[in-house]
Order: sequence, then structure tokens, then C-alpha cells
Amino acid sequence: MQDLQQPFAMFLWRINIIMIHKFKAKDISIVLDVNSGGVHIVDDVTYDLLDLVEPPFQASCPDDVLVKLSDRYTETEITEAYADILELHQQQLLYSDDRYGNFAETAVESPIKALCLHIAHDCNLRCKYCFASTGDFGTGRKLMPFEVGKAAIDFLLEHSVGRENLEVDFFGGEPLMNFEVVKQIVAYARSKEEEYHKNFRFTITTNGVLLTDDKIDFINREMYNAVLSIDGRKEVNDRLRTKVDGSGSYDTIIEKYKKLVQNRGDQEYYVRGTYTRYNLDFSEDVLHLYEEGFDQISVEPVMESPDVEYAIREEDLDQIYAEYDKLVDRIQEIRNSGGSINFFHFMIDLDQGPCVVKRLRGCGSGNEYVAITPDGDIYPCHQFVGHEEYCMGNLEQGTFREDIKKEFAGCHVYSKPSCQKCWAKFYCSGGCNANNYIFNGDIHDSYELSCQIMRKRLESAILVKVCETLEQS
Amino acid sequence: MKHIKTVNALC
Repeated sequence: MQDLQQPFAMFLWRINIIMIHKFKAKDISIVLDVNSGGVHIVDDVTYDLLDLVEPPFQASCPDDVLVKLSDRYTETEITEAYADILELHQQQLLYSDDRYGNFAETAVESPIKALCLHIAHDCNLRCKYCFASTGDFGTGRKLMPFEVGKAAIDFLLEHSVGRENLEVDFFGGEPLMNFEVVKQIVAYARSKEEEYHKNFRFTITTNGVLLTDDKIDFINREMYNAVLSIDGRKEVNDRLRTKVDGSGSYDTIIEKYKKLVQNRGDQEYYVRGTYTRYNLDFSEDVLHLYEEGFDQISVEPVMESPDVEYAIREEDLDQIYAEYDKLVDRIQEIRNSGGSINFFHFMIDLDQGPCVVKRLRGCGSGNEYVAITPDGDIYPCHQFVGHEEYCMGNLEQGTFREDIKKEFAGCHVYSKPSCQKCWAKFYCSGGCNANNYIFNGDIHDSYELSCQIMRKRLESAILVKVCETLEQS
Repeated sequence: MKHIKTVNALC
């Protein structure tokens, strides 16, 4: 990786960091121009030349560069490759200027568009890695009363001026433990749509244990997205996703999930798992879920303190990287044989992708998106619940801390020192603020282990797209 | 271009 840093201007994030990222995979040399998003396949001479040249470019290849590469390439090869680099630079597709910094101060006064409703601080599973302390977030087991849910919808209607489409995520704990209130909240929100000119989109995340035919029908009728928790192979799932009596949950949920997905048609869903140190061969879990009939799959790394037995550690990274390589191969095999599989962390749009605000701030936590507890407390997101210093207010008391909202609005890839110089910043959008706070005590201080895994996933996602392009051509 | 093939540009 190379970067050039020009002098600081008035604001910290008005830095023009010109950057490329290059990597090799499957005998392909790939170069990403960070600021334009341009992706290029290059030959060996260009790949090596990019280590030796950077803006401001001379009109022809410098003599010392020719000398350094002369043991491997002819002068003609080097000068031709240099001319190609120069041409792409002039087109702003290589070593392009950073034009995103100007947007960093926009969207500071964003309306709130999305809510995470903690419909239940209780759970019928005792998953050992649960960040919600097995369901209650360390705040005691309780269910959200309808009155709090109603107040949350009113809060969203009041704070979403200028936004028509609103997002409400039923979360927990386990939302199905309070399903009557889920239905009441949906009905209440729907009753307000016409009056306020709004459209509500609901999502639910469930462990599946309490799914019934009636609940499946309701979810498939009302939920824009359904996230179904399962870790993959039965022995992997049942090691950590246990019931209160210690038995596994796999056999209870797998057929229910199949039924829900089968009845869902083309609507969105994900089967969503967590991988830990116990299953660093997690590509097998992705493949297992695919073989069980699911084609929308996310299997994500556990984020846990390194002293916990199942936590992912620095020393596991090489094995994790190899597993993502394996996953690239398996996904290509499936697609080449006519199958369809979507792996969440390999989703990337090289043609345009998300808007600038999304790229700079990511999830929007604390600014565009907040979480509500059963007591009506407001937090920046579900992972901040229980961290009292980040409690933003309470619905019943009518309080809301704009200072915290402002802090999160100012949290973006230019405000995070390690993100500024990272090639992945416009794809990961600054990582997870909650992880940063939990592991480093500062929402602006990126959690490096998570970053390293993210960068590998992005290289894999780019590689999949590059391979598809090569096959098409 | 002889040395570079451009593939594609920005919770």
C-alpha cells in the first residue's frame, strides 16, 4: 500500500490521501484505486512498477526505476507499463484525488430513519457468545410493553421529518417471546402510515425456537426481511446455541426455517450464523446451510475478548484468511454449475454501490438509527445497550441527548485515525462503533482484529467480481 | 492498454 499525505487544511478530515491497494489472488494481480473505486487487473511488470512510482508523475519513467526493474523486464515493457499507469492517472482511475472529504460534514442533522426495538430482554436460548448476556443485556429479564412500543413509533414519526420510508427492527433477546406486542406495534405503525405519509418496513431477528405456522405467516406477510439465527452444521450450532437445559437447538429450528423460507417467495431473508475459534473451518458451515436449501447466507466472526476460549485471536487470522479463499472457490463452483448463493460479506457493487453518506458513516448508529429498550431507554444501537454513559434518553421522560447524536454524526472514516489511511474505508465505512468502544474505549478507535478480517473479506469480494468479469470476457 | 485491464469507478 502506498499513500501520500498533503498538509492538513482547516479540518482534520480535509486530507487528500491518494492511495491504491494491490494484492494477488488465484494468480491474478489486482489493483484498487481507493478514491475512485476503480479496479484493475495488471501484469507483473505493472504490479512491480506500482511499488516504485507515485504522483506527481514525470512524463516518462524515471531512470532509477528503469534500472531497478531492468533485471526482470525489458526497457520497452517498463516504459509501456509506465505509460498505461500515467494514462489511468490522468483519467483519475489510478492514484485519483479524494473527493469524498467534502461530504464528511454533511448529514450531521440527519433525521432518525431506523429503530431497533428490543422487544424482549429475555431469551429461551443460552448462546454462550451472546453480546446480550444470554438475552437480558445485563439489565434483568423483561418484555417490552405495548405502551413503550407505541411511544417508540411516535418517537420515530416525530424525528423522521423529511423521510418517507422508515425501518423498524424487532430484536432481542428473542422477539418471538413477546410476539403479541410485535403484532400490536405493527398494527399501530400501519395505522399511522397514511396520516403521516410514511411507509414502515419491518425486520425480525429470531432464533426460531418458537416459530409456528401462524407466526411464519405473519412474518412473511409483514416483515420486509427475516434474519434466522443458526450457526451451520448441527454439531457446531449445538455447541454454543443451547437451550436453557443445555441441549442443542438445531433439530428444533432447521425444519421451521425451511418452511419459513419456502413460504417467503422472493422476499428477503438471511440465515445468519456466528463463527468462533471452535469452527475456523466455517466455510463448511456456509456450505452446509446451502446444502440444506438456503441461498441467502451470512456467517460472521464472533467479537469477544481474546481471553475467552472461543474468541478469535490474532494467531487465527491465517487460518481464517485461508477459509475465505476456500469460500471464494466454493461459491464460484456453485455459480458455475448453475446454482445460486449469496454470501453477505462478499456482496460488493463495483459499478456504483452505496451513496456517499453510507460509505462515510456506515450503519448510522446514534444519528440515523437508535435502539429502544423495554424500559424506553434510547441507545445509539443494540450493542450499546447497558453502557449507561451512552444512554441517549428515555421515551417516557421525553428526554433525548442531542449531544450524543452530534457525537455519532461526527463519527466517520475521516474522524477515525486508522480509517483515514486504510484502503478499505469506503467499503467498510469505518467499522462498528460499538466494537470500537467495547474493545478500545473510543468510538473513533478502530478494533484492529475486526479490521483485518474485514479487509480480507473485501479482497475476497473484489476477487469474486474480477473472476466473473474475466469469465464473461 | 497492453498492461492493464480495467474491470470497472464511488451494520
